[in-house]
Amino acid sequence: MDRFVFLLSTGLARGAVLALFALSLVIVWRAARAVNFAQAAMAAVAVYAAFAVTAASGSYWLGLACGLATGALLGAAVERGLMRRLPHRTPLPGMIGAIGLVMVLQAGLAIAFGPEHRPMRAPFSERPFVIGGVPVLSPYDLFVLATAAAVMGALALLFTKTSLGLRLRAAAFAPETSRLLGVRVPRMVTVGWTLSVATAALAALLSVPTELGLSPHAADLLFVDAFAVAVVGGLDSPLGALAAGIGVGMLSGLVTGYVSASAAPLAVLALLTVVLLLRPGGLFAAGEARKA
Amino acid sequence: MHTPTSRTAVAALTAAALLGAAACSTPDEDDTPGITDDTVTIGTHQPLTGPAAAGYSTISAATAAYFAYVNDNGGIHGRDIEYVVKDDAYDPAQTQTAVRELVTEDEVFAIVNGLGTPTHSAVLDYLDEQEVPDLFVSSGALTWNQPGVYPNTFAFNADYVTEGAALAQYAVDQHPGALICVLGQDDDYGEGILEGVEMVVGGNGLAEIQTYSTSNQDVTAQIGAMMEAGCEVNVLGTINGFTALAVGTAAELDWFPQWYVSSSGGDYPTLVGYLGEDVAPLVLQGMVSVNYLPFSPDDEWVELFRRINDEYNDGAPFTGNTVFGMSVGYLFAEALAAAGADPTRESLVAAVESGDLVGNGIVPLAYSEDDHAAYRSVGITVVNEGVQDYAGPVYSVGAGRVTAVEAQPVPLENDGIPQPPQGDGSDE
Amino acid sequence: MRTTLRAALIALVAIAATFGLDPFRNYQLATAAGVFAAVAGLTVLVGLTGQLSLGHAVLMAAGGYGYAAAATAVEDAAPGAGPAVVLVAGLGGAAAASGALGLLLGLAAARLRGPYLAGLTLALVIALPSAANVLPLGGDQGLPAPFFPVPEALSALIAVEQWHAWLAIAIAAVAVTPLAVIRGGRAGLRMRAVLDDETAAGLSGVDPALVKTGAFAASAIPAGLGGAVLAVATQQVTPGGYGLGFSLLLVVAAVVGGLGSIGGAAIGAVLVVVLPWLIDTAAEAVPAELGRRLDGNLAVLLFGAVVIAVVLARPDGVAGLLNRLPRRRPSTDDTAPSNHAPLSTTALSKSTKLL
Repeated sequence: MDRFVFLLSTGLARGAVLALFALSLVIVWRAARAVNFAQAAMAAVAVYAAFAVTAASGSYWLGLACGLATGALLGAAVERGLMRRLPHRTPLPGMIGAIGLVMVLQAGLAIAFGPEHRPMRAPFSERPFVIGGVPVLSPYDLFVLATAAAVMGALALLFTKTSLGLRLRAAAFAPETSRLLGVRVPRMVTVGWTLSVATAALAALLSVPTELGLSPHAADLLFVDAFAVAVVGGLDSPLGALAAGIGVGMLSGLVTGYVSASAAPLAVLALLTVVLLLRPGGLFAAGEARKA
Repeated sequence: MHTPTSRTAVAALTAAALLGAAACSTPDEDDTPGITDDTVTIGTHQPLTGPAAAGYSTISAATAAYFAYVNDNGGIHGRDIEYVVKDDAYDPAQTQTAVRELVTEDEVFAIVNGLGTPTHSAVLDYLDEQEVPDLFVSSGALTWNQPGVYPNTFAFNADYVTEGAALAQYAVDQHPGALICVLGQDDDYGEGILEGVEMVVGGNGLAEIQTYSTSNQDVTAQIGAMMEAGCEVNVLGTINGFTALAVGTAAELDWFPQWYVSSSGGDYPTLVGYLGEDVAPLVLQGMVSVNYLPFSPDDEWVELFRRINDEYNDGAPFTGNTVFGMSVGYLFAEALAAAGADPTRESLVAAVESGDLVGNGIVPLAYSEDDHAAYRSVGITVVNEGVQDYAGPVYSVGAGRVTAVEAQPVPLENDGIPQPPQGDGSDE
Repeated sequence: MRTTLRAALIALVAIAATFGLDPFRNYQLATAAGVFAAVAGLTVLVGLTGQLSLGHAVLMAAGGYGYAAAATAVEDAAPGAGPAVVLVAGLGGAAAASGALGLLLGLAAARLRGPYLAGLTLALVIALPSAANVLPLGGDQGLPAPFFPVPEALSALIAVEQWHAWLAIAIAAVAVTPLAVIRGGRAGLRMRAVLDDETAAGLSGVDPALVKTGAFAASAIPAGLGGAVLAVATQQVTPGGYGLGFSLLLVVAAVVGGLGSIGGAAIGAVLVVVLPWLIDTAAEAVPAELGRRLDGNLAVLLFGAVVIAVVLARPDGVAGLLNRLPRRRPSTDDTAPSNHAPLSTTALSKSTKLL
């Protein structure tokens, strides 16, 4: 039982990061009806920026801010410079362009910074509190959970309560009608990309200190897991991303602990396949989201 | 239907022309490959990119620096050693390509220090077919020591079973009755270490056995299980990055057991790189590992290697990989010197099998005609206040038993430039 | 028939070309032939049905494992069996393993669109090393495959690399020719119909789900045979050889060659095999530290840039240039004008409501 609680609690923090990254995919899906396959590479660029600034200034928080800004700028630049110029009637050009971008960014990072894993410090202790003899969440885990919750809350407010959020949603769902009603659709798409990549950068920034270190591929696995999370939760549903993120995080923790480390990615793949085949809209989507 | 196929034809011809444009003639068969009057060309495959690059890409740079030093001092038998390093990204498919290119394009004399078990396994048969000397494989698998099957292949690392057994023996000697556990990589490396440990403590003597996969950078679940089992001595069959993860994760759980780490994952300077200079001395204090190469900070070999590293390797960080790479270089230079003034592939292999090579280890080399293992004994190292050094005990492993032996370090001679053996000049 | 004849002719030309190549170049040619088979499968799938698979490397791996397992089993069960029997059994194993996986993916593909399918296949690539450890596939070390020495009659004439190049060319021809027939025949028409307008296709009696599933399986088998080619050339199948990087290179080869074009696939396959090698050779000329960083990475960077450039400027790829060559007007089955163009233009921009 102790083991179970311990594994659940390690899965919880990982789940929060997954949920955050999945949320970034949901944002760009809502704004542009696209899945950004370059999200991991773009987030890695942002984390390198944060790493460089933290190393130079000694301040984690300055690095964090800089990483978020880099992510936001990169999101806007990629949307304006690449995605916008591609044909949009099918998702194929966007996906292929994103794959090209992945190769350019990751190879560029490897050339610029070398293949080494760079250690990144967490701003808070990673030593967990022990409750009833079982080590549970650490202060850093709490920071991750709180940050994830705050960002999700803020984005939920943005999408439901503000005029910007309304325009974002309108531009995505009915671009033609929105344009007629005076919404600047292209600008809304750019805003969506900006928000999305900044969120992805934040998720990667939170996850790297708990792993081996920063490398050009640091966010690859995060992206694949987060994609599974986003699909399981329904690509349209921020709430779904949150619930599925925590669920997938805990599932990986339990499978690693009770079966083997190798089995965890297979468990995620199996979950993804089952959900896609039985309920392609995700567990939290309403109706035929797939054909929007 | 005419069109797609005729386009296919044009495309196929274009493709063939692209390939053909780069073609050149088939090599001349008569001379010994890779040997000219003033050069010896050898090659290796190393992970310069990809996931393993972080741990091991510095080895070949150190070897190349040592060869540059030898060449500046007149080379071996007047020949410069040219070391062609090919990247295989630790991917067996790329190793195939790299080694074939080395053998058929670069026409190397020998393959030296090819790194990795899955990677080098992929080219073992090919090198055997081509009768290319395959010296000093950089892996502790037992595969390399099969003189009957692979007469030209020689190991360099002490094998994983030897390391595991030595670590376990030291643990039993130091902490009688302590609960011993193993965390190993889920391949032949982790299994070899486990086999060695079980040789000492018996099949049921372990409190907990955990494995990890390199594709999953989270070992919290495994460390949690070991903590729960009450492990007191953890023997790790882990690569450097995962040693750091395991030790770091345990420290986060406020757990500080004894760490006994295989040489492939127990290099202190490399671990500091992962853990950071502030944390590393605290969590790695007392870490036990094994080694068989000159290692003490005041050793004369280490002093020489530091000098070479500064001068020929741009002062790259000096780690266990640096010593490893340069020691391999020294051993090859020694073998080449012993292979005669007009070396052939046969004379090179014969020189290694002669048993006359001494290398630069702290224990004798084991090479002979029917033993292609390099080191059958290892010395225990311990980290104390940020310095990793030999702690004294040396264990020899053979026939399922571990025995304590004396260290026999090889003295440094002639500034680390191997000389032809005495009497070698007579046949010139 | 004409397609088969032409394929045989091209294979003969390619085999003749091996005499002009040294052993290493022949090894590269064998590798390129294996990659070509996989890229041909991928390019037809993406070009004709608009389904993007990021997981064709896994289908190749499935073929490689199927080949290694079947060929080794036959070799062990009947030690006297000739190399031809072992090879054919291995190829059967390759086609069965990749076909079965392709069929499963095809069933998923029939229900999924665009990014969902791409994401599922991506997850499959990432899970391959785990699968190799959990299933009896030999972990990181992989499975060994039988070695085919040069037959006695030829041993004085050619080196082993050249012999393997011949086998590779023959297998690739067997793998790709049916694909070319499908592409030019009724099944190809159905695929384009489904891509253009699923509803309309359904109304004219074409079952979109069936077409998509079939297309995926038809694309998977050549990929699996491509994996078998690599296993013949290297005598080993490992998960490391079929990672995400390689899978993306297959997409690059298909895009650069022009989606839907089999000839383009040949050019793309040779490019992704030869260009990294050329660049790495050039990178050895620059100082060690910089060279080490460029080695392996520069090629990927260039491929990425080329893919972006192609998708921005010339969605029909390099084969689009060949398309401008003067030629006879096709007569028989080119009912739609878009048929004889590399299909990427259709795939990239013509279809409706794919998402």
